[in-house]
Amino acid sequence: MRKAELIMALCLALFSAGIMWKSTELPIGWIPNEGPGGGAFSFWLGLGMLLCCFAIIFRWFRRSSAPSRSSEPFMRPDTLKLFLLAAGSLTVMIAAIHFVGIYVSVPLFLIFYMRVLGKHGWSTIGAFAIVTPVLTFFFFEIALKITLPKGVTEPAFYPLYDIFF
Amino acid sequence: MEIFNFLVGGFVTAFEPLNLTLIIFGCTVGLFIGAMPGLGSVNGVAILLPMTFLVPPTSAIIFLGALYYGAMYGGAISSIMLGIPGASTAVATTFDGRPLALQGRADLALVAAATASFVGGTISVVLFTLFAPPLADAALAFGPPEEFTLMLLAFATFIGLGGDDIPKTFFSIFIGLVLSAVGLDIVSGQPRLIFFDLPGFYHGINFLVLAIGIYGIGEMLWTIETGQGEALLSKAKISARGIFDALISLKRSIKTMIMGSFLGYFVGILPAAGATPGSLMAYGVAKTISKDPDSFGKGNVDGVVAPEAANNAASTGSMLPMLTLGIPGSPTTAILLGGMVIWGLEPGPMLFVNHTEFVWGLIASLYAANVFALLINLAFIPAFLMVLKLPFTILAPIIFVLCIVGGFAPTKDMHDVWLMLIFGVVGYLMRKLDYPLAPAVLAIVLGPLAESSVRQSLIMSHGSFAIFVDRPISAIILAIAVILFVLPMIKLFKRKKNDQAVH
Repeated sequence: MRKAELIMALCLALFSAGIMWKSTELPIGWIPNEGPGGGAFSFWLGLGMLLCCFAIIFRWFRRSSAPSRSSEPFMRPDTLKLFLLAAGSLTVMIAAIHFVGIYVSVPLFLIFYMRVLGKHGWSTIGAFAIVTPVLTFFFFEIALKITLPKGVTEPAFYPLYDIFF
Repeated sequence: MEIFNFLVGGFVTAFEPLNLTLIIFGCTVGLFIGAMPGLGSVNGVAILLPMTFLVPPTSAIIFLGALYYGAMYGGAISSIMLGIPGASTAVATTFDGRPLALQGRADLALVAAATASFVGGTISVVLFTLFAPPLADAALAFGPPEEFTLMLLAFATFIGLGGDDIPKTFFSIFIGLVLSAVGLDIVSGQPRLIFFDLPGFYHGINFLVLAIGIYGIGEMLWTIETGQGEALLSKAKISARGIFDALISLKRSIKTMIMGSFLGYFVGILPAAGATPGSLMAYGVAKTISKDPDSFGKGNVDGVVAPEAANNAASTGSMLPMLTLGIPGSPTTAILLGGMVIWGLEPGPMLFVNHTEFVWGLIASLYAANVFALLINLAFIPAFLMVLKLPFTILAPIIFVLCIVGGFAPTKDMHDVWLMLIFGVVGYLMRKLDYPLAPAVLAIVLGPLAESSVRQSLIMSHGSFAIFVDRPISAIILAIAVILFVLPMIKLFKRKKNDQAVH
């Protein structure tokens, strides 16, 4: 936990410095007759973030914040495994949306998650893997008229478009 | 009398067939979401907001308002039956609700929770109806300096009352504001903070991307970790006779209900406080004023009644500053406020002038939602108990899918889905290290308004910060904000002094 606290603070400090540097692309000072420049707001906020990070690191050295005193591991091995499986499968699903579209990657994700993490029976998995995308299609594409990304499966939907639009 | 006329108009809006259906539907969905361990009103509102694009804004907010209400009712169900709070707002309900259930009096606890929620909700809506119009009237005179100091005050409550690590709370506020600044500069129109020159940043970061990231994906990751253990579901026998008997026995708790309602309402108005601390405080007060404080924690009905009255009252209380001042009183109302912007409404006192149907429709719908939530809650307790048995490994992936589709919907850009995933994962890791995340969500919603109000103020004063002190209202608000900012430092200083005295 102690190591994680320091690493997080350092990463966030780096991010804050990045914000400040990025803000200077626009004027950060006072522009006569116009007011503060476009970058000023985010520049000073970035500085504030950086100072907070320094305070967090300072408290880390003094061991005055809870995580910097804790001897608990940041993540236990079984938690880490669950986290990596969940976050990893989510990442793969979102990446897959770009290629095969939402209606292929969502059922695959549901099957993977329910089988590997939940160990549910195939009939339950099958029901959810079919019903979820169908409901999604009717709610978002038909009712809300929001076209969801379909990747290479786009042509397969032409007949459906013809029916509903 | 004018208020009465507006309220009648509001009821006409609320009882339109579409809106009435949405109230009932919203209450039911809210009850389910509240009953599920790990999901509360804020998660429900964040994840389901994109779905409300289907209906007009007034109907959308009526639905989300009902959902907010239902979730407050529903939280008690898993607190009592599982001993696991259905939402953080129902933590205090476990203290006495769980012992009652273990003693075989789950039906009494459930009826007490529902009744107290109803009383809390009703009292607070009446208070709301009386307070909101005058407050909105007063707020009409506010200019950019007052708006800005009000926002400072909202953030100051997190520092002074939030109770989290101070540098981390500040960081959370700042990062929310910075994320809101991404996109095109509001004055010059120049692109700003376009990281890695990705075109997706030009349209800015929609607050929903952060809200769904944190309250959808982040929350699920959090619950995967904490919700692994199998919990024991208590048995409950629910009969009409039992409900009736329980209602009669609740007569003794009326005073506690009223106390909890008032306390919850006023605590709910404060942005950093809201329903969770409100219900905990109500529990504490109920215990202090009780003739038999020792029975608390062992199954005293007053210990269920006080927090449940308070958390419902607080949810209405948090809508007061949202509607009248444009400053949300809780993370859930922050998301509702962001929703108003998407629906093309300008939050703040002008709503009461320009969009009376919207405002009064919402207020009237709260009265109605209260009644429906009570009825649905009592009638379908067995159905809600089924939800508690639903395995999390089915629920979680479906919620993940809803998050992704919901994150895509507002901007129709995959870039935002990726961003949402990053916010969810990073937010989860930060939460493990005690970074409070609610201030960031509030900040990203208020950010554009905060920036424009501070810049307009400075333009008005030709660059002098004295404008915030010269105007009386803004000076008073600023003074309260400063006190709240300094409060934790004084506490820290005192503690150090005490430590030295001990050594």
